[in-house]
Amino acid sequence: MSETNLSPSNRVPVVERLLTANEEVAADNRVQFHQRQIKVGNIMASPGAGKTTLLLATIAAMPGRKIGVIEGDVASQVDAEMIATTGTPVVQINTGGACHLDAPMIRNAAKALPLEELELILVENVGNLICPVSFDLGQDFNVGLLSVPEGHDKPYKYPGIFEAVDLVVVTKADLLPYLDFEIDTFRTLVHGLNPDVPIFVVSAKTGEGMEDWVAWLETRLGI
Amino acid sequence: MHEMAVTEDILRIVTEHAGQGGASEVTDIYLVIGELASFVDDSIQFYFDLLAPGTVAEGATLHFQRVQTRFRCRICGHEFEPAERDWLCPECHALGGEVIAGKEFYVESIEVR
Repeated sequence: MSETNLSPSNRVPVVERLLTANEEVAADNRVQFHQRQIKVGNIMASPGAGKTTLLLATIAAMPGRKIGVIEGDVASQVDAEMIATTGTPVVQINTGGACHLDAPMIRNAAKALPLEELELILVENVGNLICPVSFDLGQDFNVGLLSVPEGHDKPYKYPGIFEAVDLVVVTKADLLPYLDFEIDTFRTLVHGLNPDVPIFVVSAKTGEGMEDWVAWLETRLGI
Repeated sequence: MHEMAVTEDILRIVTEHAGQGGASEVTDIYLVIGELASFVDDSIQFYFDLLAPGTVAEGATLHFQRVQTRFRCRICGHEFEPAERDWLCPECHALGGEVIAGKEFYVESIEVR
């Protein structure tokens, strides 16, 4: 024992990235979805940004498309029940406290969807602007939502998400006349991080901007 | 919450590398975590204290090297650390840039005996 304690420590280089186990499962998910010609979108936003409302409006606006939904929440079936009223196949994942979805959760949830009937799966991640970005699910594209009441300075506070997304949707645009949300400032900050990302200003309530969002999704599906 | 999975991953990596070198004890673990990687030192330490006992890394000290976010200006190529509410390039005053540091998240090295 004392001999062990006297022997000097040796520094061993490792340089191994963490969370690669998640990335391996995500890569496998991607293969599984592609084999079935299914496109998968990962929708990320704060709680209450209007993810579920946008999904409901999207389902209504794309009646010809076979859409499935995976709902991620810490607890409850509330969102899945709302989606299910449209007749859309939906699976609710309850993370039991975890603040994001990960690839193994998606792998399990996908088993409960009729994959052979679907062409698009929209994943509603847990409401959170931070950690979902760090966990690849096997998606084809990332969409970040920001609702007008959250404020135009959010990219300063949560740069990671705005850098990682393929599309930004500003939701609840019908509230713009009542709030001090500076859309041009928001655009400038987002494009400072992610110069080519499209930004759509949408209200699922009034339908404003919905055609841009739906057209973008159609392009992703490769019409 | 996800720091538990991360800590399990740290222990897996450390155990593998210690085993390869035939070490009986890991005394120090050096982690590199970027500012933009959403992981909290205290939380990793908390789960480490719970999960490490009985492993080769029991009692090891965790060292966290935090890496600040760095931008490379898309206009002039200057590299800089953005301030909290000021993303202007100090050289050419263009806003933002390509993120070239801040997303690191890996086990850099261990000390064994």
